[in-house]
This record gives sequence, C-alpha cells and structure tokens, in this order.
Amino acid sequence: MAVAVGRPTPQPEAENPLTEGLERIPVAPTTLVIFGATGDLARRKLLPALYNLAHDGALPERFHLVGVARKEKAHEDYRKECEEAIRRFSRRPPDPDVLKILLENVKYVPGTFEDDSVYSELSKLLDGFEEKAGEPVNRAFYLATDPSFFGVIVEALGRSGLARHERSEVRVIIEKPFGTTLEEARELNRRVLAIFDETQVFRIDHYLGKETVQNMMAFRFANGMFEPLWNRNYIDYVQITAAEDIGIGSRAGYYDGSGALRDLIQNHMLQLLCHVAMEPPVSFTAEEVRNEKVKVLEAIPEPTPQEIPKIADRGQYTRGHAGGEDVPGYLEEEGVPEGSITETYAALRLEVDNWRWAGVPFYLRTGKRLARKLTEIVVTLKPVPHLAFSQAGSLGVQPNQLVLTIQPNEGVSLSLVAKIPGTRMAIRPVIMEFLYGTAFLSQSPEAYERLITDAMRGDATLFTRNDEIEAQWRICDPIVKFWASTKDGLADYEAGSQGPKEAELLLHEGHHWRAI
Amino acid sequence: MARSDAVWSEQGTTPDAIEAALRDLLIQRHAENDKYVPARVLNMIAFVDREWSGEIANRLRAVGRYTPSRLLVLAYEPRRERLDARVTIVSEGDPAPGEFGLLRETVIVELGHRHLDDLLTIADPLVVTDLPTLLWSPHGHHDIVEMLLALSQAVLVDSIDEPVWRDAIDRACKLTKQAYLVDLAWLRSTPWRERVAASFHPPLRRPELRAIERLTIRHHPDSTVSAMLFAGWLASRLGWTPSPLVPRGEALLGKAHASRQDVTLQLEAAPALQVRGLEGLTLRTASGRELSLDRGPGGLQASSRDARGAERRWRIPGASRGEGGILGEGIRQALLRDPTYVPALDAAQAMLP
Repeated sequence: MAVAVGRPTPQPEAENPLTEGLERIPVAPTTLVIFGATGDLARRKLLPALYNLAHDGALPERFHLVGVARKEKAHEDYRKECEEAIRRFSRRPPDPDVLKILLENVKYVPGTFEDDSVYSELSKLLDGFEEKAGEPVNRAFYLATDPSFFGVIVEALGRSGLARHERSEVRVIIEKPFGTTLEEARELNRRVLAIFDETQVFRIDHYLGKETVQNMMAFRFANGMFEPLWNRNYIDYVQITAAEDIGIGSRAGYYDGSGALRDLIQNHMLQLLCHVAMEPPVSFTAEEVRNEKVKVLEAIPEPTPQEIPKIADRGQYTRGHAGGEDVPGYLEEEGVPEGSITETYAALRLEVDNWRWAGVPFYLRTGKRLARKLTEIVVTLKPVPHLAFSQAGSLGVQPNQLVLTIQPNEGVSLSLVAKIPGTRMAIRPVIMEFLYGTAFLSQSPEAYERLITDAMRGDATLFTRNDEIEAQWRICDPIVKFWASTKDGLADYEAGSQGPKEAELLLHEGHHWRAI
Repeated sequence: MARSDAVWSEQGTTPDAIEAALRDLLIQRHAENDKYVPARVLNMIAFVDREWSGEIANRLRAVGRYTPSRLLVLAYEPRRERLDARVTIVSEGDPAPGEFGLLRETVIVELGHRHLDDLLTIADPLVVTDLPTLLWSPHGHHDIVEMLLALSQAVLVDSIDEPVWRDAIDRACKLTKQAYLVDLAWLRSTPWRERVAASFHPPLRRPELRAIERLTIRHHPDSTVSAMLFAGWLASRLGWTPSPLVPRGEALLGKAHASRQDVTLQLEAAPALQVRGLEGLTLRTASGRELSLDRGPGGLQASSRDARGAERRWRIPGASRGEGGILGEGIRQALLRDPTYVPALDAAQAMLP
C-alpha cells in the first residue's frame, strides 16, 4: 500500500496581513498548462471555469494558459477555439473585455505527449512568462487527456526538468479515472510519485468540489444534534444513491470499458460514504481530512469472490420509457459492442468495521436510465422500541429517516411521525424539510472553478490522496474482476424503472431501497 | 422563465391585516403547487421617501440574485393620514419537474408622519422572526434608522451619499457601535483590496509590505470615503499610525507612521472618472519598487517599476459589478462579517482633516 509522502515541512512564511477578512484568498502568479487542451473536458468544463474565475477577478494577478494537444495549429486558432468553447459552455454570457484579457494570455503547443520537443517548447514558453513577469510564476500541469497518457506525460515532465522549478511551485492535476484496476492505480501512483512529491499531486474527483459534498462536513460537525445519534446504536442503515435518468449518449466508447461501478462507485460514491462515516478531523486541513477518510476506507473489508454475489448486484438497462419517450436498451445504443456485459447499474452492501459503525450496512447504488436524476444519502434510524399507543388508523409508521439530497434540490429533510388531526391518536409520517436554495443568496460555484483555484493555491483538501485512491480500488477491484469473469448475475431492468429487482436481495430484512 | 405574482392590497389597513394577507397568499401559492417554497434568508427594511420609491424599486430590481427573501418597503409621505399596503409574492415562473419554485415577498407600506411614533410596531410583525434583518434608509432619515435599529442586525449605508464626507465617516463610526454596518463605499474598494493583497502575497513580496513609503489613491470626486477607507484598511492591517490629512487643491495629503518609516498618503480626485469608486492607486516601497493598478475595460491595468527602473505592464481580468452589483453585494454582506471594516474605519476617522 502506498503512503502519503511529503517534502520536508517548509519553514512557515510570514503571514500576509492583507488577506484577513477577504473572501478570496489570493492565488500566486500561475501558468496553467492543459494537456488535452482541445478535448471535451477542456472545452466544456475547464475553459468556462477559467473564464468565470476571470470574470469574478479570481484568477492570479499574473495568469497564463497554455494548451497542449496533438493537432498542429497557431496560437491565434487555439484562442478562437477557447473563445467559442467559453461562449458556448460558460454559465454566464462572457463580457467581451474580460474575455479579451483572458485570451491575450493564451498560447498553444502542438505535438504528441511522448515527444520531448513538446516539453522543450513548453519549457521555453514558461521561462519566457517568468522573464516577462520578472518574478517566479508557479506552474500547474492539468492532465485532461485519455488516462493512458497520464504516466507518459508525467514521465516526460520529469525528463525535461519541468517537475521542479527554482523558487516556484510546480503542481500536477490528474483527472479521473486514476487507473481502472488496483494494479493500474498502484502503477500510476508509482510512476507519478517517482517524479513528483505527493504534495505536488492533485487527483481530481469533481464531486469533492461540489458545495453540497463540502456541506456534509458542516452539517455533521457543526450541528450538535446529529453527532450523538451518528453511530451503530441509533442508525439502522445508510443508503447512498446516484441515479441518472439519461442513457450513455455518445459515450459508449468510454462507458463500455468502465461500467457503473468504476464510473461512479469507486470514486464519487465511496467519497460520499467517507463523508458520512468519517470521524471528526482534528482540523480541516488537507492531511487531517484525508487521514480520516482513509481510515474509513481501510475499515471496509475487501470482498472475497464467495461474498461478492451476496453483497454486489449489477444490471443492464433494456428498452423502455424515459421522459415520456421510448428509449433504446443499452445493447441497442450506438457504439456498444454486441453482447456487452458492462453493467449500467451497480449496487453494493458494504460494512465499515470500526467501533462506530460495526453492523450498520451501507447500501450504495448507481445506474443509468433510472426513474429520475437524483443523488442522495439516506440515514435510517432504528425504530422506537415500543409504540405506546394503538396504531389503528395510522398510516405507514416508519423509522425516522434523514435525507441529505446532493442533487437536484440540495437540502436536508427529516421524516418524523406526527399525530393526524382528529379525535383519535392516529399517526403518520411527515417531512421536515430544509432546502439550501431557500436559505442562501449565493449560488454555488461550479465544482471546477473551486478545484482549479484550490490546485493553483496548493490546497489539496478536495483532492484524492494516493493511499485514498488505492484504498478505494482495494474495495472495488475484486468486484470488477469477478464481474468481468462471468455473465452470471447481470440482470435486466427496464429503462425508466427503479433498477433490477434483484438489488432487493442485497438488503437485510426490514430494509428497503428508497424510491428513486 | 415567466414571472408569476400573487398580489394583495388594502387601503386603510393594519399590520395585523398585512401579516394575515402574507400568510394567506403563501398558503394559496402552496395550494396551487406544493413545489412553491418561500425563501428564508434575509429580511430587508427599506425606509424611503415615497416620491423616490420608484427609483429605489429600480435599484433593487438590478441586484440580481441577491434579492432579500422578504422586502419591507416603508414609503414615507409626510402628510399621509392613512396606512395603505400592497403585498406581492413572486416566483420566477413555474417550478420545473423535480425542482422547487422559490417565492419572494415584497410588502410596501405607505405611511405618513403621524405613523412614525408607532413605526416599530408597524414593521415588527412584518419581518420574518429569526431571520436576520437588514435596514436601509437611502434618503437619509437618520432618526428613523435609530428607531428601527431594535429590529435590525445589520444596517446598509452608502457613505458616498452623505452630503459631507467627513460626517459620513463619523456617522459610520457611531453606527458600528450599535449594529453591523455594511457600507457600499467600503465594498467599492473590495476588488482593489483583493488585488493589493494578491500583489504582496507571494512569499518573496511579503516583506515589502513593511517597506511601503508612499500610497497614492485616485478616486471619483464623490468617492473620497472609499479612498479614505482603502487607506484606513492598509493602515490598520499594516500597523500604521495615521495623522489627519490636509486638503491641498483637489487632493488630501498626509503621513502615517509605520514601524520602519513614515508613509506619505495622497488621495487625489479624478474628475474624468465616470463611475463612483476608485480609479487607481500607486504604492511605492523604500527599495524604489512601484506598483500601480488602474481601472480599465474588462479589468485592471497593472504596472510595476523596479529599483533599477525596469517597467512592466500587464492586465488583470475582472468584470465591473456596476452599481446594481454593488448594492447586491451589500445585501449579501449582511449575512457575513468582515472583521477588517471597523479597524479600517477607525483609521479613516483618525485621518479626517
């Protein structure tokens, strides 16, 4: 297992007294280099995020963007592509003057990622920016390429001397997926950490950039009323759902090689589980938060081949109805190989074997083409030991459920039992609901805006550490391998439904999947 | 998205009737569609002269998403005898499937001089209990602000609007002792404070903060208070002891005592500036380095000159917020707490000529 490796602790710098009270902590001058600069992620997410940071005055005082991709093109052509992507995908219409300033600092380097001349060209550009600035400029390399190039690029950065720079910070931001198996993740960690220190590496899990996920820590650790109940004595089970109503669209090439387990459970949903189950960190620093999350992952036993059919279920959607329209089944989607056994639905029952959670099942499920789009965490409390009054005339008395909705309506609701007005003591569940949208004036920033800023600032709290990613794979890898070895247990479910009925078999007696 | 309003109005009404109408309208809207939920963020009480209430309504419409969840407009017309009210509950269109629709309430109460003694009892039932309340009196009426402070956790002012800027700083100092003050004149300096903080943030630059020997601020002729607050901010953050400034022509000149050297302060009016706030600033350090930031289209024009005279120029992107954006920011700030404002204000008061 990998461990967190760090450079010697730097000597504390004198504080900047001017940052007190400012909502935005300054980011040091930075050049951001995007590998895969013409790809979908760059166009849809990274460039619009950079524009919005520029619009809000949140980019570093000196900022340069360099795009690296295979195709030969001039700087000016790449600037035009950036402009087009920003106009199309930005969350706000761009201000022409702001856009102009942002684009005048954009350059492009063409070439293949194995080609050393690309890195010497890059090196010249980066040195030129520093010379022009007359001061050190930090360097952040964003790997938004096909994952097969992550190791290649990192090693080329090492060979060309770009992984370190005198007087300035060098960071590498690596997109997901970080490996597709435990072995691959370990191998990639080995290759990355042979060149960079762990403190320089920022592994993206964009879920961690979502305001709602960060809110979970505030919810748990800033409200005294929940923590006393947050353990095996009061909680019966936890359910985490990430449902999508859409199919795979044009992503068959990626999705068929990945599947639901690798696409969402191995990263995002295990992160959500960690946020539910972790102990309060001593402080909200990157290391402390990530230490606590790793402890949770290490407390989840690695599933054995004998256990897998009992704790994991998978399915594939068939033709059905969604959004009032007929939709094709997975095998009929364009680009999906005939007879594919890739799962579009995955459900797991995991245990966190520690003092707080022993015996409490954590049910995780995710799928494409389910009844609706929804991401939520449901914490079901144990039922009361005795109802002192008759239940005659009562409707569905259920244990209390605390529902933390991540999307679409970010909020918290608590199901309570209340008396039905009238002469009889009849009761029914009612909902006490809090919606974040009703209580805050501000809109949440896009996850990538937050993550890019944090990476440029060197704050790794919302990024996955090497041991964390390997601990995630340790849990999922045996299931991935088992499922790849057999078609058995791959259930069908109709598009637009709640998922395969077989998923019910994972649940302990008395437990239920909440309707999607 | 189409806007959908529910409206109630009554002439010769009472606070009880207005409050009951608010409750009824909310129940009605919820009955129409149970996805309608009232926003519960912030009450805002605006005490305005009735003849200018249209202008205030326009300003509030321009604040975008930072709209208070319940806005109580007390529209004052001295000779009015009767209490008239209009309640509007607005949602920005029907909620999409799976989404909820946010409702915002506006209550306009028209009142006269004879109601002022009972103003607290008129306003009190019309704000949502347990929500913070922001008080704004854009047409002066300092006595009314005093009266309504009991209902408010924060007061919104724009010191630039005060006829005499010296009085504005004194008044702000007085108000900060009674409530949390959000001053739009201070918020106009926010991007400048952020950029100066960023310029000195790299570890190699931080020691230069202690070596600043000259600060020049260029400001709109109406925005002396913003410039004073900016200078007060630097003074309070860097431990300078400022002395009163001296007017000289269109400028204010003075000194602040820092631990290593005195700092020369110069606040210059920039008559050509079209918008209120700061036009630019220049900082010079004892080593001879000079940093200038100036307003420009789409952001700031930055320039620096090192001790050897080498000059560099670059641009920093950032969209102008406009007056609507600044007012919106003021509303948002009512829910936050900036610990650096009061020390900056105290330092600005020490610089008053």
